[in-house]
Amino acid sequence: MTATAAIQAVGLVKSFGQLRAVDGVDLDVRQGEIFGVLGPNGAGKTTTLKMLATLLPIDAGQALVFGVDVAREPHRVRQLLGVTGQYASVDEDLTAAENMWLFGRLQGLRSAAARATGKRLLEQFGLKDAADKPIAQFSGGMRRRLDLAVSLITRPPLIFLDEPTTGLDPRTRGEMWDTIRGLVAEGTPDELKTSVGSSTLQVRLAPGADRELARRVVRRVAGAEPVLAPESGQLNVPLDTADRAADVLIGFRQAGVTIASVSVAKPTLDEVFLAITGHDTGQADDPDAAEHTETADISLEAK
Amino acid sequence: MSTVIADPIPPAGRAFSQVVDPAAAVARTRPRVSLADTVSQTLYMAWRSLKKMRRNPEQFFDVVFQPLLFTAMFAYVFGGAISGNVQSYLPLLIPGIVAQTVLTTCMATGVQLREDMDKGVFDRFKSLPMARIAPLAGPMTADLVRYLIAAGLTFLMGVIIGYRPGGGVLGVLGAIALSVFTGWSIAWIFTWIGTIAKNARSVQGMSMMILFPLTFLSNAFVPVKSLPTGLADFVKVNPVSHLVSATRVLANQGTITSEVGWTLLAGLVVIAVFAPLSVRSYRRHL
Repeated sequence: MTATAAIQAVGLVKSFGQLRAVDGVDLDVRQGEIFGVLGPNGAGKTTTLKMLATLLPIDAGQALVFGVDVAREPHRVRQLLGVTGQYASVDEDLTAAENMWLFGRLQGLRSAAARATGKRLLEQFGLKDAADKPIAQFSGGMRRRLDLAVSLITRPPLIFLDEPTTGLDPRTRGEMWDTIRGLVAEGTPDELKTSVGSSTLQVRLAPGADRELARRVVRRVAGAEPVLAPESGQLNVPLDTADRAADVLIGFRQAGVTIASVSVAKPTLDEVFLAITGHDTGQADDPDAAEHTETADISLEAK
Repeated sequence: MSTVIADPIPPAGRAFSQVVDPAAAVARTRPRVSLADTVSQTLYMAWRSLKKMRRNPEQFFDVVFQPLLFTAMFAYVFGGAISGNVQSYLPLLIPGIVAQTVLTTCMATGVQLREDMDKGVFDRFKSLPMARIAPLAGPMTADLVRYLIAAGLTFLMGVIIGYRPGGGVLGVLGAIALSVFTGWSIAWIFTWIGTIAKNARSVQGMSMMILFPLTFLSNAFVPVKSLPTGLADFVKVNPVSHLVSATRVLANQGTITSEVGWTLLAGLVVIAVFAPLSVRSYRRHL
C-alpha cells in the first residue's frame, strides 16, 4: 500500500528578524503513525508545528499535508487538521458542551450532528458529568481532554499535539497518552525506539567509581554510547535486547567498577530526549534532531 | 508498514478509536469559504459573545451607567451656560450624548477583541477552516445589543429629567437605529486598532486619542456658530456631527433630512476602509 504521506516537509525555514528559528527541517510522517518531535526549549518545535498547521507563513521550503500544499492551499489543509496547543485552547466562558457545539458548527456540522457528536466525545473522554459546567471549574487534565475532544469533532485525519501533557501529574499524563494511543488504530513511535534501543540498563555507580572506565566498558561490551542522566549520576545503557544487561554487568565486575543499584527498563522520554539532543559526552549534537521538540504529531490510522 | 503495539489499548482509549480515510477527507475539502458560510460563522461567533456577555454581566456596567451619569451631569452643568436653562438644552444635548455613549461603547469593542485575541481559544479559531472576518465581525454583531442599551437608556434618562422629543416614538426609534448603525461602523476603526495594538491597555490609549476629538470636536454639545472658523470647518465634516444633526432632527421633529444620508454614507465608507484593514492585520497576527 503506497498511501500519501500524512506530512511531507522539505527544507522548512522560518526567520524572525535576525533569528533563524527553524533552519531547514525535513519531515516525513506516514499515515497511521504517532510521530514525536523532540528538542530543547527554543529549538523551533512549536514554530515548525505552526508552519505545518498554517498558523505561520513558511519562509522557505515546502510542506504537503496528505499531498495538499500548506502554503498554496492553507484553507484546504485546515480542513484536514486538528490542533491542540501547549495550553488548552477552548473557550473559558463556555461550557464543555457549548464548546463542542460551537466548534462543530463553525466547521460546518449541522446543529443536531454537532450536539450528538459532541455528547458522544465528551462521554468517551470521561467528561459527561462536567458537560454543562463552566471550564473555569475544570482541572488541568480535564481541560486537556476537552481540548483534544474539540479537535476531534470533525474527525480530522491529522492531529497536532503541542506538549499535550505539560503540567499534568504523572497519572493524568499516563491517561492522556492512553487516550492518544487509543486514537491511532496501530502504530508506535518507531523514531523513539530506534534511537535508544528497545530497553535500557540503568546503573547507579557506587560513590567514587570511575565513570570514564565504566563508559569504556559499556562501549566495548554493548557497543553503545551510555547516556549519563545528569541530575542522578545514573548511567543508562541502551540495549538491543534485555539479555545484554548481564554482559555489561560482568564487564563492570571484571574491570572493577562498583555499582550501587541496577535495573532494566523501557526507555523513558527523558532518556530519549538526552540521547537525541546530546549529553555530557561532548559528542556533537545531531543538528537535525536538535531542531525537534517534545511535540507529538499523530495521524489517525487510515484503512 | 508500522508495527502493531503489543500493549493492550486501555478501554477508555479503544472506545473512540475510529477509522478515518484521509483520501476521502482530502476529497471533501473545499478551496474557500462561501459567503453563506461566512455569514453563519459570524452568527456563531456572535452567539459565543452573547453567551459571554450573559455570564459576565459586569460588561454592561459602562452601557448602563454612562448614559445615566453623563446625561444628568452634562444637562445640569452646561444647561444654564449654553441654553439658558436645563430644559431648553435637552433637545440639543440628548442626541449628542447618544452619539457620545455609542462611540464610547464601540471603543470597548476594540479593547475586548484585543483581550480575546490573546487567549488560547483564538489559536484554535485561526487553525480552523473558517472565514477570517468571522472572529472580528461576530463580537461586533453581538455588541449591537450594547449600542441598543446605551442609546435607549440615554433617551430614557433624558425623558426622566424632562426631555420631550417632538419626533415622537418613531422619530426616537429612527434616531436610535441610526446611532446603532453608526456605532457598528465606527467600531471597525477600534477593531482595527485592536488588531494592531500590542495589548489591551494600548488599545484603550490609542482609542481615546481618536474618540475625544471625534466626539468633542463636533456639534454634540455646543452649537457650531459658537466655534472659531478653523474648528467650525472640521466640526462640519466630522461624521459625528452628521450623526448628531440627523438624530436631532429625527428625535425633535420626526423628519428625515439629507444628514441621514451623509451619516449612512460616512458609516459605509468607514466599513469599506477599516473592515479589510482589520482582516489583513488579523491575518498577519497569526
